Formats: sequence, C-alpha cells, structure tokens
Amino acid sequence: MATVTAESSTSKPFVRVPTRRNQLSDRAVMNLFIWPTLILLIIFNFFPLFYSLYLSFTSYRATSPTAPVWVGIQNYTNILTDPDLWQAFTTSGRYVLFSVALQTVVGFGLALLVRGKFRGSGVVTTLILIPMMLSPVVVGLFWKLIYNPSFGFFNYAIPFINPAALDMIGSRFADIPVQYLALASVILVDVWMWSPFVMLLVLSGLNAIPDYLYEAAAIDRASSWFQFWRITVPQVMPLLLIAVLFRTIEALKSFDLVMGMTGGGPGNQTELIAVYLFRVAFQGQFRSGYASALAYIILIIVIAISNLYIRYLNQAKGEA
Amino acid sequence: MVNRRLLSAICYLLSAIRMSNISLSNITKKFRSVIALADVSFRVNDGEFFVLLGPTGAGKTTTLRVIAGLEKQDAGSVAFDGEAIDALTPADRDIAFVFQQYSLYPTMSVYDNLAFPLRSPVHRVSEEEIKTKIRGVAEILRISHLLDRKTARLSGGEMQRVSIGRAIVRDPRVFLMDEPLSNLDAKLRESLRVELKHIQKSLGKTILYVTHDQIEALTMADRIAVLNEGQIVQEGAPDDIYDRPATTFVAQLVGTPRINLFEATRQNGVVTLKDGTVMVESKPNLPDALLLGIRPEDVKPDANGKFSGQILLKEPLGVETVLHIKTGEQTLLSLVPGMSDAKIGDVLKFSIASDKLHFFDTNRKRVNA
Repeated sequence: MATVTAESSTSKPFVRVPTRRNQLSDRAVMNLFIWPTLILLIIFNFFPLFYSLYLSFTSYRATSPTAPVWVGIQNYTNILTDPDLWQAFTTSGRYVLFSVALQTVVGFGLALLVRGKFRGSGVVTTLILIPMMLSPVVVGLFWKLIYNPSFGFFNYAIPFINPAALDMIGSRFADIPVQYLALASVILVDVWMWSPFVMLLVLSGLNAIPDYLYEAAAIDRASSWFQFWRITVPQVMPLLLIAVLFRTIEALKSFDLVMGMTGGGPGNQTELIAVYLFRVAFQGQFRSGYASALAYIILIIVIAISNLYIRYLNQAKGEA
Repeated sequence: MVNRRLLSAICYLLSAIRMSNISLSNITKKFRSVIALADVSFRVNDGEFFVLLGPTGAGKTTTLRVIAGLEKQDAGSVAFDGEAIDALTPADRDIAFVFQQYSLYPTMSVYDNLAFPLRSPVHRVSEEEIKTKIRGVAEILRISHLLDRKTARLSGGEMQRVSIGRAIVRDPRVFLMDEPLSNLDAKLRESLRVELKHIQKSLGKTILYVTHDQIEALTMADRIAVLNEGQIVQEGAPDDIYDRPATTFVAQLVGTPRINLFEATRQNGVVTLKDGTVMVESKPNLPDALLLGIRPEDVKPDANGKFSGQILLKEPLGVETVLHIKTGEQTLLSLVPGMSDAKIGDVLKFSIASDKLHFFDTNRKRVNA
C-alpha cells in the first residue's frame, strides 16, 4: 500500500494522497448503515409494539383528549368473555382451516402438473403465478364483480342453477339466506389467489428430488402411488410445511381481501378477527386500549401456531 | 457360516435353472446432436462379472441405462437370454441397478429399504420370508447391526452396502452396477471390491459393472469391454486388455504408472526412436512409422543393461518405486519392486524386455510383431 502511494505521488506530484484521517473507518461505515435502520425500526416497530402493550392495559380512545387510564387486565377479560369476538374467532378458524387446506391440495396438484417439462411449461407456470402478484384489494373488487348475480360470470359457470338466484357475496340463494355462502366465496378467492404460492414452494421441493430415487423405485417395481407417498411427499414435506406456515399466518391476519369483497358482511358472516379488530380500533368506536389488547392476543396465537409448525418442520427435516 | 453356505447353494440352484446372459446388438443412442453410443455390440455371458471400462463421458452409464430401460435407444436391440426386451419397462426387465449415488429411500429404515423391492405387489412375498431373506443378505454384507437405523444416519460405505443389499435381496436376472464404489474412500473401496467379487462368485450371478477405474476393472472382471467415445475399443479378459492392448488408448488407460509411448521409425532392420536411439531389431511386418509402447515394469535396472540414463525423479510407493529416467530426448518410467536405493541424478544402466514391447501403427492400432 505504502509503495503504491509513493509511486503514484512521484509520477503525479500534485495528486492529493488520501491519508488515514479523511477516510471513514470500518466502524464508522458500519454505524452509518446500522443506525438509520435501527432508528427507523425503533420509531415504527419497537415503539408501537411496546406502546400498544402498555395501551392494552389501559382504557383509552385515540380520538379522545383524555390520557390513558390504567385498568389492569380488564381489556383482556372483556375480550375473552365477549361473544362477538368468539364469533369472529370461529369465523377466522373456519376461514384458515378451509382456505389453507384447499390451497395445499390445489397448490400441490398444480406443482405436480407443471413439474414435468412440456412445451410452454414456463409460460404456463408464470401464468398460474399471476393471481398472487395482484393486490388483494384489487382482487377483492373484481371478484365482487365476478360474483355479481346479474352480470358476473361466476354464476353462469355453475350448471343446473338459475344464475340470477345465487348471490354469493350476499350469502343468499333465491332470496333465502344460506349460511357460509359468503365465507365460502371469500375462501374460494383466497384459494385462487394463493394456491400458486404453495405451488411455487412445492415445485422447488419437487425439483430438488433426485431422479435416481424414482429410477431406483421403478426398477424395484414400486407403484406410482407408493412412489408418491414414500418418495415425493417426504422429500417435499419441509417446503410444504413452510408454505402452510406462511399461509396460515397470512390467513389469520387476512384483512384486505375480505374488506374489498364483503366488508365483513352480510351481518358478521365474514367478519374475520382482523376485520373485527379494525372495526373496534378505527370504525366509530376507536377503543384503542381494547383493540391493543386484542391485537396482542392475536399475536400470541400466531406465535403459538408458528412454533407448532416449526417443531413439525424440524421433525420433517430430521427424517428427510 | 452355515446360513451363508445354504443361501449361496440356494442361489446357485436358482441361477442354474434360470440362465441370464445379456446381448447388445448395434445399440445407438443420441442426445440431440451428441452421439452417446455408436453401434455398440457385446455379449455378457451367464454368471460372468463383466466390466465396462472407459473414461468419463465414454457412454458407459448410457449403455447401462439402456439395458435397464431407463433410456430408450435410437437403434439396435437388447436381449436377455436371446429374447429381445426392448419393449419392456424397467420393472419388467427383472434387473437390479446399483447407482453411483446411494439411492436409498431417505425416510425409511435400512430394513424397509431392503424390504422395498420384495414388498412390491408383483412379488407377493410373505413378511416372514422377507425377514429371512433380509437377515441372510444383511449377514453377507455385514450390515445386520444397521437394520433398524434410518438411512440418513449411515456412512457412505454403509449406504452403498445397503444399496447393494437391496439389489441382491431380490435375486434378479442380472445386476447392473454404475460405479458403485467411486464415492467411497480408498480403503473402503478396496474391501468392498473384494467383497463384491466374492459375493458374485458365490451367488453365481451375472454382473455388468461400469467403472472408469482400471484397477477395479482388472481386479474384478472376468471380461472387460473398453469403451471410448461411444464405441467399444476392445473386449477381452483382463490379461488380454493389459498384455495385448488393441489401441494406444487402451494401453494408456490400463496400467499405472502409464505405459511409455514413443514415436519411432523402422530403418535398416532396427526400430529407432526420434533421437536416434536404437531400441530393438525390427520384425518384417512392422510399418515404417510407428508408436512404441513399453510398460514401466519392463524397464529394469540392469548393470549389464544396453541402455543408460539419468534419474530425474523417484516416487517410492512402498511395495514398488517409480523411477523417471531421462535417456536421450525421452523420459522413461520404470517400475522397480520394493524401495530403490537409486538417487536422483544417478546414471542408471537398464534393460528393456524386448519381447514385451507393444507396437502401434500411426492410426494407433496394435501391430502384432
């Protein structure tokens, strides 16, 4: 280093030789990168996280000029004894269960279909991935139109029914309320939107399975059923579990799609936990303390479910 | 011990009833524009340990995969016992395939891996019978203590033993093995080599074995076919291949250290190297321009030797020593038994066994003198 500087300064005597003083030290560069990020994180993530934890133990309305009043675990007791909330939890539970289960099956199926290379398989795979690239609000809005009883084409695609009689979003058939119809319509859209995500992860798992395992099985005269259950499924399992984990967390927090489609209605039929939370926190009531407590309960549930999955994931990885 | 003898007796009887030879006729296989196999024909006899030897990319594995039915040939036909099997699926060909990668089913135990081919609905073997068979095979391969383990927890050698076990347990018509030992370390390779040969001899089964390792080929094979660029170069017993290589390619492929190969000319009744060194008296059927091959073990230090040269390098291998001798413009390799006391820089007198010289014409084909 020293010799290089000496040489360059002799050949070009007026070139300013950089000295140690006006160079940034490694540590300074490091700090320059770390601190802005850290400050942003503190302002937008850590502070709300802990402030809302504090708020969850207080009675407070963000719209009222009064300071938060400490009420202890009152909010939590109220929430856990509120039948409306349990209704929202049950709806969310149904939503998560059916939506994730269907996505897993459909995603796996799609992955198996596009796995084999055929003419145009790349294009087909990309086309299948389009739904998950769209904004959930946009998806909600145009599916609302697709479901429309008078001009949406969804009803016309179902055989043997009068298309004008079916109202998916309104959860009615021939003006008679049908339970779960609205929920099913939201689940259907969620499956349409997110099955490609499961497919993508499963596909990468499938591509990692070495061909010789199948070849060995073929020579050993294993049936394709056996090959699927003993080779394909165990090898894909870790990635499939990751997909299911992501989808479960997302479905539990599902908000924008439902808001775009049904707004939680009719009545409270599609009122998922996040929609309920939104209503309590921001629509009319502004019960900030209560909403913070509810948000914390949801957070704990999400963490618990994630841990469960991760445990299974490690188990599956240990076997593979 | 009794068990093993019984098992081999049973297997011998079975194989006596069912012959299993393989014949390939004019197999050609192309991958797009690349010709992998060009008109390959050979025959593996019943109960024979047949080795397909060749460098990487010679088409050995493709040949094996065509026989297994994992790859479809573009032309030619494969027959087992004279019966064409080209239309059969891999499952119906009744073969066992040992892959270079240990193709074990990762989520199953060793026992289940071994039982896998027997549990196929085609076979209808009772669990009781499966158990006896697996115990027998596990004993031969010395993996009895591993039966309950998950395959992910095995070492490379153990995995390959299980793979071989899975092949043996089913008693197929023929065994196809694709470099099964090349992922193992040298010690293990040596011991499995011996074991494999022993198993083959005691079961009397037909094995078609693919390798790029000439030592594996020479030690295990009853017969060897040398493959290069999709074509069979030479076919014969190990001593044919070693002592009478058909081309310079075979001569250089087989034998370590490599054969000494020099350009030479026939002039005035003697064979002369480029720098004028007279090697031997010429035979009448030699061409004017030729290549002279001398195996390193035929270059022997000899106080009364006709030739002399300076030692450039010495590689002591324990049981033998490789000497690099510079003579004229050439450097000759000489293989001497034991540790040599010759020093680098010494001038050494040596003789060449003139009856063991190999002559090749300019097309690199052998000329029998």
